[in-house]
Amino acid sequence: MAEPRFAVEAEGLRKRYGGPRDGTQALDGLDLRVPAGTVHGLLGPNGAGKTTAVRVLTTLARPDGGTARVAGHDVVREAARVRTRIGLVGQHAAVDEVLGGRQNLVMFGRLYHLGTARARRRADELLERFRLTDAADRPAGEYSGGMRRRLDLAASMILAPPVLFLDEPTTGLDPRGRNEVWDAIRTLVDGGTTVLLTTQYLEEADRLATGISVVDHGRVIAEGAPDQLKARLGGDRIEVVLDDPGALSAAAGIVGRVASGEVDVDAEALRVGAPVTGRAAALTEAVRALDEAGLAVADIGLRRPTLDEVFLHLTDAGKSEKEVPA
Amino acid sequence: MSVQTLRWAVADGRTLTGRALAHWARRPGEVAVALLFPVMVVLMMGYLFGGQMDVPGGGSYREFIVPGMFALTMAFGVETTFAAVAGDAAKGVTDRFRAMPMAPSAVVVGRAAADMLHSVAALAVMAVCGVLIGWRVHDGIAGALAGFGLLLLLRFSLVWMGIYLGLMAKGPESVAAVQILVWPIGFLSSALIAPSTMPGWLGAIAEWNPMSATVTACRELFGDPGQAGTSWAAQHSVLMAVVWPLVIAAVFIPLSVRRYRAMGR
Ligand SMILES: Nc1ncnc2c1ncn2[C@@H]1O[C@H](COP(=O)(O)OP(=O)(O)OP(=O)(O)O)[C@@H](O)[C@H]1O
Ligand SMILES: [Mg+2]
Repeated sequence: MAEPRFAVEAEGLRKRYGGPRDGTQALDGLDLRVPAGTVHGLLGPNGAGKTTAVRVLTTLARPDGGTARVAGHDVVREAARVRTRIGLVGQHAAVDEVLGGRQNLVMFGRLYHLGTARARRRADELLERFRLTDAADRPAGEYSGGMRRRLDLAASMILAPPVLFLDEPTTGLDPRGRNEVWDAIRTLVDGGTTVLLTTQYLEEADRLATGISVVDHGRVIAEGAPDQLKARLGGDRIEVVLDDPGALSAAAGIVGRVASGEVDVDAEALRVGAPVTGRAAALTEAVRALDEAGLAVADIGLRRPTLDEVFLHLTDAGKSEKEVPA
Repeated sequence: MSVQTLRWAVADGRTLTGRALAHWARRPGEVAVALLFPVMVVLMMGYLFGGQMDVPGGGSYREFIVPGMFALTMAFGVETTFAAVAGDAAKGVTDRFRAMPMAPSAVVVGRAAADMLHSVAALAVMAVCGVLIGWRVHDGIAGALAGFGLLLLLRFSLVWMGIYLGLMAKGPESVAAVQILVWPIGFLSSALIAPSTMPGWLGAIAEWNPMSATVTACRELFGDPGQAGTSWAAQHSVLMAVVWPLVIAAVFIPLSVRRYRAMGR
């Protein structure tokens, strides 16, 4: 069978928990398309429906409505086929904490029907690859959070599945653990795996994902490449940080002249910021004008909006704080 | 179901039974405590209270309580099953299994097989300790085997009760709730005290308790001291020791299967 163009294709997924009145509409018409061989980020606040989406796509939960195909197979009608083509790392590391890392991988390998000898060989390969060989015989319950995650990841990779689902793979990890997991994910993607990743860390989506869907209230409210999403917030911004609070209003006037939109003044941080269109021209113009006015500048620069700003802007959380026209 | 599917179901069940055995190998201390606890109860009851207790119909109290303790151990096994099932569900291990292309039945079959093996080991240890304190099988090997068979039948039915409760639980912490359910059922029986010495209505409940059926039947089959009560249930204990577990299994097997399937809804 030819590889489908989209590794994950969901249309109008709906899923409700509880009754019609007191329940929660966890998925409310979710659409998703993930091209094969890419990393796609599912971004959203707590309760947005990310985990529910992953559970439906990995055959763990039955949708009330809509359809989804993973690796070319329907998640409801061909659940068994889907299960041979996916790996899942759930929100909480799901490994046997009493058994050692190697025992875990051999057990899962046998349950994937590799046979004992192949399951052993595969376990050793994966331990090596995820740098767990030294800890292979210690109980997984004694592993650090990062090691446990890597074991979890290794277990989901036993069949080298074409599609991998990772539900908040780095939540609760320190920066080092996070980097380890990111490296592991990048290696998998280089090998051709499609990854659907949910996260609350925008930095994570920014670094790993080629496409992002922002989810809220069980629906996709924005999608695109990280840069496209950022561009929707109004492109580049100029920011000036001053030494002297007295210079704030003069600086705001100068920045206002080069700006393409409203000027923000943060008196506490002694910072003046505004969106600009011509990047270099605006920067040189501002530097020259500030210098002429004799204002002492601590820092000046151009930057793109962070994904956090995009996120706050798009989801409810940010709407009440600031209304920015898209 | 094709032959291939069946073969995988058996293989997967065995893999998960092996998993439970590997747990024991990893935690021998825990296993030892679990096996020695009933022995301790027998010693405590037998030597501390033994002098105060009269067995209706005569005979040694220590010999009286050994079959009772066998059955109590089977009943308390519900907690072991429950904790394992609820723990796997809470930690997401069950979900990982469900998202894998393995036989869905293996999760429960593996659990049941492992718990039955555990119970066989527990009975063996207790039987040896029982013999050391004076318990004997008086009526031959066939009766003894039948008695142990009934005990394992009771345990088998309770495995399903444990699986069902474990699947229903919010987390392994609720094991306390299961204890609250199991302990009164365990003690309000003929296991350690003859129902004829209880207040009338309590004694009647105790005689109809499924636990008592197994205990009384075992005493009969082993030829151990202890008079059967006068109720119909006590008079037909061997029959009831077969019927009760079948009823329990008939209730909890379909409930468990339904609950397991409903995890996806
Ligand atoms: N098993 C369940 N029973 C009842 N309600 C549920 C269940 N699972 C999820 N929900 C509800 O559905 C909604 C979506 O939950 P979901 O777990 O998919 O969110 P999420 O985006 O993964 O959140 P988080 O970032 O906190 O993990 C929430 O309101 C949640 O309370
Ligand atoms: Mg979640």
